[in-house]
Amino acid sequence: MADLTTDFLGIKSPNPFWLASAPPTDKEYNVRRAFEAGWGGVVWKTLGAEGPPVVNVNGPRYGAIYGADRRLLGLNNIELITDRPLQTNLDEITRVKADYPDRAIIVSLMVPCEEQAWKDILPLVEATGADGIELNFGCPHGMSERGMGAAVGQVPEYIEMVTRWCKQYYSKPVIVKLTPNITDVRKPAEAAMRGGADAVSLINTINSITSVNLDSMSPEPSIDGKGSHGGYCGPAVKPIAMSMVSEIARNPETNGLPISGIGGVTTWRDAAEFMALGCGNVQVCTAAMTYGFKVVEEMISGLSEWMDEKGYSSTSDFVGMAVPNVTDWQFLNLNYVAKAEIDQDACIKCGRCFAACEDTSHQAISMSEERVFEVIDAECVACNLCVDVCPIEDCITMVQMEPGEIDPRTGKVVEEEYANWTTHPNNPGACAAE
Amino acid sequence: MPDATPLTSGIAPGRLSAETLSDNFDDLHAAYAPHEAAVAADRCYFCHDAPCMTACPTDIDIPLFIRQIQTGTPEAAAKTILGQNILGGMCARVCPTETLCEEVCVREVAEGKPVEIGRLQRFATDALMAAKKHPFSRAPSTGKHVAVVGAGPAGLSCAHRLAMHGHDVTLLDARPKAGGLNEFGIAAYKSTDDFAAQEIDWLLKIGGITVETGQRLGAERNLADLQNEFDAVFLGIGLAGVNALRAEGEDQDGVSDAVSFIADLRQASDLTKLPVGRNVVVIGGGMTAVDAAVQSKLLGAQNVSIVYRRGLDQMGASTFEQDLATSKGVRIIPNAQPVALHGNGAVSEAEFEYTTSDGGTLKGTGETFRLEADQVFKAIGQSLGGAPDTLDFEGSKIAVSDTGATSLKGVWAGGDCASGGDDLTVTAVAEGRDAAEDIHATLTGGK
Repeated sequence: MADLTTDFLGIKSPNPFWLASAPPTDKEYNVRRAFEAGWGGVVWKTLGAEGPPVVNVNGPRYGAIYGADRRLLGLNNIELITDRPLQTNLDEITRVKADYPDRAIIVSLMVPCEEQAWKDILPLVEATGADGIELNFGCPHGMSERGMGAAVGQVPEYIEMVTRWCKQYYSKPVIVKLTPNITDVRKPAEAAMRGGADAVSLINTINSITSVNLDSMSPEPSIDGKGSHGGYCGPAVKPIAMSMVSEIARNPETNGLPISGIGGVTTWRDAAEFMALGCGNVQVCTAAMTYGFKVVEEMISGLSEWMDEKGYSSTSDFVGMAVPNVTDWQFLNLNYVAKAEIDQDACIKCGRCFAACEDTSHQAISMSEERVFEVIDAECVACNLCVDVCPIEDCITMVQMEPGEIDPRTGKVVEEEYANWTTHPNNPGACAAE
Repeated sequence: MPDATPLTSGIAPGRLSAETLSDNFDDLHAAYAPHEAAVAADRCYFCHDAPCMTACPTDIDIPLFIRQIQTGTPEAAAKTILGQNILGGMCARVCPTETLCEEVCVREVAEGKPVEIGRLQRFATDALMAAKKHPFSRAPSTGKHVAVVGAGPAGLSCAHRLAMHGHDVTLLDARPKAGGLNEFGIAAYKSTDDFAAQEIDWLLKIGGITVETGQRLGAERNLADLQNEFDAVFLGIGLAGVNALRAEGEDQDGVSDAVSFIADLRQASDLTKLPVGRNVVVIGGGMTAVDAAVQSKLLGAQNVSIVYRRGLDQMGASTFEQDLATSKGVRIIPNAQPVALHGNGAVSEAEFEYTTSDGGTLKGTGETFRLEADQVFKAIGQSLGGAPDTLDFEGSKIAVSDTGATSLKGVWAGGDCASGGDDLTVTAVAEGRDAAEDIHATLTGGK
């Protein structure tokens, strides 16, 4: 069985699965249960400044969207940072870390954008023995209205400033958690790096309204007939999160900046994908909130199994391996030609490929009276929609045409050489290959 | 005298307790709870030009109604169903879906597990009927008046469609209640809670339909008078005759038609009072044979056998129905034909001869066997009885065009009495509907 021990910023954990700063990590009781269940680390739910704690709503905090059989695909949340006294949290963190020295404990923080506020809290956190801190610059609801959370994360200068204070008043690793509610995620990451951050973690939750109650006309979750946008998370946000992670991973300005991946990690495979895109570890929340802490067992066994199969002995062996393959559209090979191919033995004749192609794409699938569906190569642009809508895995595949073959759609010979848009004759800005 | 048990000899009521009987005759396919329906609906792939739709004799847009269930609008789903098949509620219960829509469901073909279309249809139609809504309204009156003879599936469907188009309808039936086979045929566990009658009450809410029961064609009414009295006549008179066994001893006590037994059972107010034999033998291979055999068993008969003269694959009852019978403890004996029913005034044994099929021609092997039998049900098919001889016939049925027109001007026919189509509730509904459209077109000068 592959060794899942992970070293992230010098912080060792028995596996790369950490619980993200969120409701599951709000208390000693939960965190102990998480560690007993096998989680490699936790990011303790965000602490605020000394003084009267924040208050939460007393109605629903979460909304959801579902797939088939009420499978939870997306969750949204309007809970704020911890609503328990600072000292209670600090005492608990100290106790748990002492009892679980092999697990990572990171403390998430959110205090006002004033140097003194950070200067006050950081020594208290340092004293707990926790392994590092994560700056919550992402929380999109409530706290952002008070100039914290995402309100900081959306201003790169603030990120840089606060990160610098943290590096100044705290000796251990500083992770900056980024908000996705921004146009270009590379900018806050660059700011964090300039401020001296040891790593970034992303994504925090996305501004969202999960549904509208059509009787009361209130957004859900509804508090006395009103709703507020909450932070969206869960499997549905994973593609957005992975894109943002990859942007930072391949940005020359943030080259080498460690990333902790967050956003819809539900299975070992999700984790492996985030890590392949450059994350040194992952943080999980919704999967645990949906299924309980036991899910980590599947993540551990699945990742380990896959690593054994691939011959990876350590997670660092594959971290970032997919990053070089993330590129800009303009660099995609325009000489790569594929055609859809339908496996007639696997086909169950539902006709979804036909409806999709005929109604919304390129009329490249024919349908016979006997419900035999066949690809018309002369029309197929290899868009992949048929593959995506086919209910049977691997029934429709994209088959690459060999160089030298003639593409019946264009009548042109498939070229062997790589060629992209930058040199394409239709591109007004093309620089001719000399 | 203590209550009877399954071991009590002869034909006796009360073999099982009221509680057991109530369990036995409960819904064969229980109604879905809303979440079950959502899960079942999610399995539908919304196929293009869906095979299930093609297989449905009433052409219900099945993918659409399932999607309407899935999106939380079962009443809209019901309208999709009922617009094509006004008896969609009953058809959801009695259709042999395993040989129609569900047989060709791509998930049946791929996985052996079809989308449960019948149960989903029931979910939708039940939702609408529970809301006590009738989703259709009548067009302005045409002043035309149509007689529909037979208040079974074909007649009800025809009457409703005619009423919708603004015609007045007089719906005549020989029996004391409307419903035809929905009310008097069909196993009780497929139509629980007096569903057939409820459905008719709901259907009649369209208005413009006057039901007259106890009106038998050829007795209280005759076709010539109806032709004179009404602008058009539709015959949905079913198959009133029962084929004879032509075996020695057929007229003894204990020998009866399966259809009568089923009708008695459907009309029984107290099943503990309904007598059934200890050893029951059902002769035949169709749905009626299965319905009679299974219900005999459920009433408490100790031994029930279905004896069919051809192979299992030739049985009119589907594999599902055969499996249902065997799962209830009914023994199916194929390839045996009746020779004689023995007894001393009352039947005590049924004698059969094994058969082989030689190029489709059945012949006896000479080897015979006897089954103990204190009750024998004949389920070897029904035939047209009492149809006016002024009509043309095709085979043993009233000859009709694709739209149900008979050889007589102004007279249409559909359902089991008419040529073409399987003898199924759903087929009868389709034929009644299509004839109504043709009648409407004819009466309004469309043709």
